[in-house]
Amino acid sequence: MSIVAALGHGPGNGPAPAPVRRARGGAYLLLAPGLAYLGLFFVVPVVALLATSLYVPVPGGDVGQFQPAFEWANYTRALATYWPQMVRSFAYALIATLAALVIAYPMAYVIAVRARGRVFLQGMLLVLVIAPFFTSFILRTVAWKQILADESFVVAAMRAVSLLPPDGRLTATSFAVVAGLTYNFLPFMTLPIYASLERLDPRLVEAGADLYANGPTTFWRVTLPLSMPGVVSGTLLTFIPASGDYVNSVLLGNNTTTMIGQVVDSRFFKVSDYPTAAALSVVLMVAILLLVTAYVRRSGTEELL
Amino acid sequence: MAALGDPAAATRAPGDEEGGARSGADLTLEHVTKEFGAFTAVDDLELTIPSGSFFALLGPSGCGKTTTLRMVAGLEHPTSGRVLIGGRDVTRTRAHERPVNTVFQSYALFPHLSVVENVAFGLRRRRAPDPLGKARDALELVELPHLADRRPAQLSGGQQQRVALARAIVNNPAVLLLDEPLGALDLKLRRQMQVELKRIQTEVGLTFVHVTHDQEEAMTMADTVAVMNAGRIEQMGSPAELYELPRTAFVANFLGQSNLLRGTVVENGAATLGVDVDGRRVRVPTARSVSTTGTVLVGVRPEKLHLLRAGDQAPESCNVLGPGRVTDVSFSGVSTQYQVHVPGLGTLGVFVQNILGGAGAALGEEVHLACAIKHTFALDGAEDATSGAVRLDARDV
Ligand SMILES: Nc1ncnc2c1ncn2[C@@H]1O[C@H](COP(=O)(O)OP(=O)(O)O)[C@@H](O)[C@H]1O
Ligand SMILES: [Mg+2]
Repeated sequence: MSIVAALGHGPGNGPAPAPVRRARGGAYLLLAPGLAYLGLFFVVPVVALLATSLYVPVPGGDVGQFQPAFEWANYTRALATYWPQMVRSFAYALIATLAALVIAYPMAYVIAVRARGRVFLQGMLLVLVIAPFFTSFILRTVAWKQILADESFVVAAMRAVSLLPPDGRLTATSFAVVAGLTYNFLPFMTLPIYASLERLDPRLVEAGADLYANGPTTFWRVTLPLSMPGVVSGTLLTFIPASGDYVNSVLLGNNTTTMIGQVVDSRFFKVSDYPTAAALSVVLMVAILLLVTAYVRRSGTEELL
Repeated sequence: MAALGDPAAATRAPGDEEGGARSGADLTLEHVTKEFGAFTAVDDLELTIPSGSFFALLGPSGCGKTTTLRMVAGLEHPTSGRVLIGGRDVTRTRAHERPVNTVFQSYALFPHLSVVENVAFGLRRRRAPDPLGKARDALELVELPHLADRRPAQLSGGQQQRVALARAIVNNPAVLLLDEPLGALDLKLRRQMQVELKRIQTEVGLTFVHVTHDQEEAMTMADTVAVMNAGRIEQMGSPAELYELPRTAFVANFLGQSNLLRGTVVENGAATLGVDVDGRRVRVPTARSVSTTGTVLVGVRPEKLHLLRAGDQAPESCNVLGPGRVTDVSFSGVSTQYQVHVPGLGTLGVFVQNILGGAGAALGEEVHLACAIKHTFALDGAEDATSGAVRLDARDV
């Protein structure tokens, strides 16, 4: 810290004023618990994960016995075997994210813009958005199993209007998995969009109308661009956990809807193939990082975020 | 319409104003009333603003100025009455369908668009050819061409104000509405922008409706001023007319200062009224009297009063008041402001121009006050003499 300060100011400028340095020291001190926590529970496990992904089995050893090595082939083998699940995970996550966006945006718009000024109504609607968090994630997903079951009214109704063939079903299909993902991450999409629409100055919408833009054009040219920060954070908060999720595909899918989270889970707990599980986790992490970086760059909302 | 949204065209051919569209259009409000629940914000407004004029709507905060502008822009709809632009009834049309643009009090620039895209916004919506070229011309007009590619957040308040102006003017609207556009600027910048706005209005020849609570701003800029109070227009006219011959106590006090003395008409002549003010006879031209019987408020502007010191002779055809005692003297270089207490009449303000130099009346000195008959006016005696009076320390100029 003092070295940095000394370098920063250079010898000619004399010592930095003491109060500034003390304030900075104080700031670092405040950061210390967080940094220690992250170091212990994030950096250490990630390093361990990277190391494990390169391990090889102990020659002649038991199942689940590995020794340190630099076995890069772990990655190629894991990807060669499990790329379909990897691709499927991203595809499901993408569809669920888009579906959640389509459902969440109008919801957030109604709460933030249409109900503006009606504080009680806004509060009630927000509670409804958050209400699912009051019960467990697993229980809610199990409930969806009931909702989509063959004898449920949803299936009956969809058969009645020919959305589903007479013998068609919803449980144990990719539709059910994506529907579950969409449902479970909907609040994460709704709340950031709500927050950015709530912040939107209604006078800008009036300025749009004053400058010859009709309702849809004003929405397209003013409201939507200004709510992009919310859309970007909402899609990230949905896409990232959805692509690593395995609860929905376990409970609502079948063996053709397997997602990468399930593979990691079974590699790790069922067959004790730690290096493959670790390699897949690393690939998932890096892939998400690259996708997210490209997405944020492209959406060009850094300055609005 | 060929010159639509091209303010530079006005600069190139200032004489060519027969086009009609070039010089804006008449704006008429017929019996316009706006109620918010039980509260009447604008009350039976009747107003015609000729095309090409610089019109100021002047009134204290909360009197309904913004609501009036919003009804012209179509952002608010009147409870009753009609709005006509260039003779066309637009009461039922919506904001984006009206040939009107607004410079908002808060500027309301789009933060996600560059300055030039902000200015081009209206042109693009109307699919005008070469929107960016015209936007750059408009930025030239407000002297900001070098900031075209910045974001609004990177500009100072004064610069944002100019961009908001360019964004409205570039569309060549029939009527340009300005809602306290200079309110957020500091005094020096405000004075500079007043001159600038006036220049731009002359240059583009549009109908400007300028809302302000600053009487000095309204008087220096506008051809016609309408004084508004509690949702109604109190009086309308040129700044000089309003100042020299106010018709209500509110106008007399809000536009400059006035001394208002309550009296009773005792002699009703063809040319002048004789008014008894606390036992003294004061003459007021009949033509300058709102009311010619019963109680009236006799008014005189402070600079129209002359201080008569002991031995001074009263000028011809003057009303003389007094004697009174000087209770306050404040010398400001160009002029001196006196407060003179006259028993039975109260305290009167007197401005004396520093023409002769040297010391004037001293504190505590006994003086008489004289005022030419032709400069006095009379208002309805039922009015509150302090209506519209602004405490000097509350005035934000
Ligand atoms: N949307 C509204 N709902 C209720 N009252 C309003 C609304 N808009 C304005 N008012 C009231 O109308 C009056 C006039 O407001 P406004 O036109 O903004 O005044 P000004 O611009 O002259 O300061 C104020 O008393 C204000 O509180
Ligand atoms: Mg206002």
